[in-house]
Amino acid sequence: MTGFLVLALYVGAFFGSYFVLSRLLQGAFARKGFNKLKTVTFGDESAVVANRIASVLSVVTVFWLWVAFTNSVIPLPKLPGPYQGQMEFTYTATLPDGSTDDATVTMLVYPEDIQQTVDAEGNPGRAPEAVEVEPGEGFAKNDSDTVARYGFKVLNVWKNDDVSKKDGSVVTHINGAPVSPGDYVEVPEGTIGITDKGTPTFAPAVGLRMARLYLPAPEVVLERFVRLNKEGYQNFTLWEHTRYSLQRVLLGFLFGALIGIPIGYAMGLTNWSRGWFDPIVEFMRPVPPLALIPLMIIWFGIGELSKVILLFLAALWIMIIAARAGVSGVAITKVHAAYSLGASKWQILTKVIVPNSLPEIFTGARVAMGVCWGTVVAAELVAAEVGLGKMIVVASKFQLTDIVIVGIILIGVIGFMIDVGMRKLENWLVPWKGRV
Amino acid sequence: MSGLLIDDISMRFDLPNGGHVQALKNVTLDIKSGELMSVLGPSGCGKTTLLNIVAGFLAPTQGRVMLGDHEVKGPDAERGMVFQQGALFEWMNVRDNVRFGPDMKGVSRSQSREKVEHLLEVVGLQDFKEKAIYELSGGMQQRVALARCLANDPDVILMDEPLGALDALTREKMQSLVLDLWKETGKTIILITHSVEEALLLGERLLVMAPRPGRVHKEYRLPFADLGVGNDLREVKKHPDYNSTREEILEMIWNMEEEIMGRAEEQA
Ligand SMILES: Nc1ncnc2c1ncn2[C@@H]1O[C@H](COP(=O)(O)OP(=O)(O)OP(=O)(O)O)[C@@H](O)[C@H]1O
Ligand SMILES: [Mg+2]
Repeated sequence: MTGFLVLALYVGAFFGSYFVLSRLLQGAFARKGFNKLKTVTFGDESAVVANRIASVLSVVTVFWLWVAFTNSVIPLPKLPGPYQGQMEFTYTATLPDGSTDDATVTMLVYPEDIQQTVDAEGNPGRAPEAVEVEPGEGFAKNDSDTVARYGFKVLNVWKNDDVSKKDGSVVTHINGAPVSPGDYVEVPEGTIGITDKGTPTFAPAVGLRMARLYLPAPEVVLERFVRLNKEGYQNFTLWEHTRYSLQRVLLGFLFGALIGIPIGYAMGLTNWSRGWFDPIVEFMRPVPPLALIPLMIIWFGIGELSKVILLFLAALWIMIIAARAGVSGVAITKVHAAYSLGASKWQILTKVIVPNSLPEIFTGARVAMGVCWGTVVAAELVAAEVGLGKMIVVASKFQLTDIVIVGIILIGVIGFMIDVGMRKLENWLVPWKGRV
Repeated sequence: MSGLLIDDISMRFDLPNGGHVQALKNVTLDIKSGELMSVLGPSGCGKTTLLNIVAGFLAPTQGRVMLGDHEVKGPDAERGMVFQQGALFEWMNVRDNVRFGPDMKGVSRSQSREKVEHLLEVVGLQDFKEKAIYELSGGMQQRVALARCLANDPDVILMDEPLGALDALTREKMQSLVLDLWKETGKTIILITHSVEEALLLGERLLVMAPRPGRVHKEYRLPFADLGVGNDLREVKKHPDYNSTREEILEMIWNMEEEIMGRAEEQA
């Protein structure tokens, strides 16, 4: 249900913002430069330029959806929230002799995450006490209780009454309406029910926002990020978790490239190597690195070694295939030209094949880094002492969803930065790529 | 300098389906040192194959190629190549491309500098020597290819449609350049081309090849190349023999093409 709502809001934001903004900001939506002169743009991929307004709005929309579905303090339009505050309802107790009496139940609904919040002095919040109420007249006495948002409470309304449930007192009406066991009475603040055994219950209205446990608000995640930076988690600082993950990726990738690239070149240059490595590469290529995790743990334990070897294997096949493709991508005329200019085999390799295969190697390296980064997190989820994946999985066991989200955002941002860095390096080292 | 002897060469390609292509059959040519020979012929008559054999990239199924007193066994710096396109090294700038040959031989850069700079000047690229290859136009790229080949000081230069990818005007300019370079350096040059005009203007000797099997069909000795040096090539075209020879060769190739087409239709 919520899923459909998210989808509807997202699709609505996509089309809605386009129609509104394209009318309001016609200048910003016009094609620029040479593309302005093209009359055929639909189908001409080169005329398609990312609309930066859309990119910004896309990020804003995701952020807004996040806020809208949480009890965030950020002042953005939000979905109906859960009920919070103080409400009352009345019940009518009937005795076996037919005599009846009304009493009021006062319910105080407090934030479910109150213990995770701190007040201005830095003291952690505490669940509030039930409010004091007058007992009132008759044999049924007024009650007062508390319940957390999204919570549920079974109310022993007889505990202060003159006639107990055991002695035959039955709750027959809620807010004046007759009820029997199994019934529900909806009120704006929530649902009052009668259990099969006849005991009233109260569940405050939940609205459409999610409890902190399921989706913490952005400010909660930010706060957690700041705290993690200060205090760390599971005996390691946030930086150490990140550094261990990065270090495994870099080591694994480095060994993978160091061994994979020469093997790939050999496969592209000699019959024997191609025959020798072909079966292994073709066999290992479709095996997802994640499937190797159990074996790695059995063989090498849960320490650094098993992870580095896993990532080495993840990068190895990709780099072999990239280097092999790089060699086959060398135009034969270049090789012929170089031989005719007096180059030796070694010079052909170092001066022609290696530079000519750099674009392919870089494409492979970018893929390998992406795969390694994904694999390291997964490997840490399974078994590790430290690392971003480890942090996430431990936090999820303690239901600290905010730490999980901090971890996911960090993984995404670092993965993105790795790719940007690789692309920068590529532009610098292979400026001729795509221009020949 | 030494002459090039193509001695009774045949080349047969075995095809994967069991058939074979007789790309060359009993081709014999004696090319004197310093001669510029242009080669014409319909598509598929074995021009590139012949050049690849002379360059040493292919071993012929019969016959041999002699350069001076030794037999051609493989590629070597004594035989330079200029390809149609795509043979420059994009990862090097213009100057590094030109000095690639000397670099490979281990000639120190201080020793090769003078020659490289001179060649860059000759081909008119002294202002572009730091530029990347992809920043140059097609004509400029071919001038780099020429300079690169000459920097190595080969005995023989083999050109496979070196100007084929250029537009008509650039092509004319480049033809003059090739001619001037030939006279200046006195290199033996084999030039494959699809343009009858180019073959006439540049070749001292002109070879027309015929297909299936690839063989020498007719040979001409031409005066135009000598006239062309230092002259406007358009003037040369006014020579009384020029047009008649051109028509003759065009007709010859035209008939060969017709024959190929006819044969193809028969087979179909
Ligand atoms: N490696 C090869 N395997 C099989 N057949 C080949 C091979 N190389 C060339 N041939 C055949 O040999 C014949 C001559 O080819 P070649 O490339 O020498 O012709 P060409 O005269 O250079 O043609 P074009 O003017 O189109 O460049 C053609 O029929 C071609 O199909
Ligand atoms: Mg050819």
